[in-house]
Amino acid sequence: MTSTKRTNGGTPLVEMRDMCIAFGGVHAVDHVSVDLYPGEVVGLLGHNGAGKSTLIKMLSGAYQADSGEILINGEKADIQNPRDARSYNIETIYQTLALADNLDAASNLFLGRELVTPLGFVDEDAMEAESRKIMARLNPNFQKFAEPVSALSGGQRQSVAIARAVYFDARILIMDEPTAALGPHETQMVSELIQQLKAEGIGIFLISHDIHDVLELCDRASVMKNGKLVGTVDVDDVTDDDLLSMIILGKKPGEAAA
Amino acid sequence: MTHSDTDQTRAPARRNFVQQLDLDLRLLGMIGAFAILCIGFDLLTGGRFLTPRNIFNLTIQTVSVAIMATGMVFVIVTRNIDLSVGALLATCSAVMAMTQTQWLPNIFGLELGNPLIPWITIAFGLFVGALIGSFHGWLVGYLTIPAFIVTLGGLLVWRNVGWYLTSGKTIGPLDPTFMKFGGINGTLGETGSWILGLIAVAAALYALYSARRNKQKHGFTVKPLWAEGVLAGLTAAVILGFVATLNAYEIPTRKLKRMFEARGEVMPEGFTQAYGIPISVLVLIFVAIAMTVLARRTRLGRYIFATGGNPDAAELSGINTRWLTVKIFALMGTLCALSAVVASARLANHSNDIGTLDELRVIAAAVIGGTALSGGVGTIYGAILGALIMQSLQSGMAMVGVDAPLQNIVVGAVLVLAVLIDIQYRKRAGAAK
Repeated sequence: MTSTKRTNGGTPLVEMRDMCIAFGGVHAVDHVSVDLYPGEVVGLLGHNGAGKSTLIKMLSGAYQADSGEILINGEKADIQNPRDARSYNIETIYQTLALADNLDAASNLFLGRELVTPLGFVDEDAMEAESRKIMARLNPNFQKFAEPVSALSGGQRQSVAIARAVYFDARILIMDEPTAALGPHETQMVSELIQQLKAEGIGIFLISHDIHDVLELCDRASVMKNGKLVGTVDVDDVTDDDLLSMIILGKKPGEAAA
Repeated sequence: MTHSDTDQTRAPARRNFVQQLDLDLRLLGMIGAFAILCIGFDLLTGGRFLTPRNIFNLTIQTVSVAIMATGMVFVIVTRNIDLSVGALLATCSAVMAMTQTQWLPNIFGLELGNPLIPWITIAFGLFVGALIGSFHGWLVGYLTIPAFIVTLGGLLVWRNVGWYLTSGKTIGPLDPTFMKFGGINGTLGETGSWILGLIAVAAALYALYSARRNKQKHGFTVKPLWAEGVLAGLTAAVILGFVATLNAYEIPTRKLKRMFEARGEVMPEGFTQAYGIPISVLVLIFVAIAMTVLARRTRLGRYIFATGGNPDAAELSGINTRWLTVKIFALMGTLCALSAVVASARLANHSNDIGTLDELRVIAAAVIGGTALSGGVGTIYGAILGALIMQSLQSGMAMVGVDAPLQNIVVGAVLVLAVLIDIQYRKRAGAAK
């Protein structure tokens, strides 16, 4: 189970070592280690409440780990809040999309990182122009730049959330159930985007419920159960049944056979 | 998805006259309601409502509540509430009254009438307002006590801190320069008002022009030139009309005579002089512009609206929402202090009951102006227009001779009705998209 990328050497883009976090006595994430290489997609699988989202929120700065360490390009990283994560070029597309519904697409895209004029005022026109450029690349049909995002369809909202992550030169991208609310057409769009970003050398953590998504899009899959890591496998080495038994029974394929 | 998108690209062809002007329909509705209200009262009072004198009085009565309402917009937009603004106004007013009449003269030895007194007083008052506001914000943001509770407590605390500071006495007379912020005691005069009006027109036209140029620079579609022309003409007409109205209110001859006598001169025969724009209204205009720029063109304003729309998203975007809460309440406190300057200067003294029930007027003004209590939505001009509508309703009914209890019944009903209409309007507007 050696990934080609790992045998090629080089340090991993992200290494999360021995991460722990507990909420009121419940060990949501319990001594979990995962890693991610440039141009690689790692799937995170598991039941609801297995700890996938919690693990990844420690990387995106939404939660602070109780213990464990995060290495970015082999160097220890200190991520206390979402702003820190962004400074390491870690971008996150949340399951809830994390959009301010009352603001338009451009305002959401640049939220927290607004473009300003030399006088320090927010430059709305420049932000809209930039948004039009990136949306032309991601979703050429997108035209609703003046409306608040609450007026957009699920797929359009998803495009805004994706555009926000992609625009700022993400090196590490976290996607939490990116296709959960989408129709087939938009799911296809997201798959194509993942392939494209991969080719650009971006590392992607993909949280998903859908085993087939993971088999199709990911290079490796890490499976979690009850806050613990069951194991990490190359998707080429396993069948969907193998993955299912990891998720449900918490057993690695080798153990199941033994 | 593709279907709706193609619909969208075809839509501009169907735009009507109003849409071409790119005006806010909600704003037009409010202006319409306000106009009907004014004309109605004018008819009922036999033409006494829309006189320069009454309009002058209406504007100076509105200022205090309107200033606070602009701050309340930010508070409500971030899903908070401030019930303590009237009480905070009273404390700031008490602090400033004591500063100018007791503390500065007695402790620091500045003689009464010293030109520094009003300015030190105002600076100190604003500082106290900001400090109390920040304290509220800290309790709400960092200690996560609901704003409703913090400011309900604040209502009791600050109302009575004000009382305690003055031992319940009415403090006056206040410094003559300080009283110029009250309205009729301090106006720009005819020439000054016209000059200011022309500057305002020039600034508005320049703003329209530079907005258009900026849009063209990025290659966006802009309004047709005739629409810009209509908009520019309307803006200029409103500004100059406002100045002309206030300039039409002349100082009564008897008062003028006394002013001349005070200077030891004799008034020439047939001499007239108008009041012009009151300084307090100027303060409100300044606050309105500053708050609008803050809301629309600064990061702070962005973060306020984003936090109101989705607090979690704002937090995940790296916005420090706790610190933001402190800033918003500090701003609210500062505006309460500014209102305290205007309110106490208008009354020419500080009294214990100053600002009583203002919290309700301020919240009502913001809500009538379209600020949604669910957060994320609200405008500064709406809140000011809301304050103006409330004040017109109240003084209009008083002029017509409606009984006092009925006045409050009507105001209460109007508040609820305004919110109902707003909800219906939003539903329609949402459905149209």
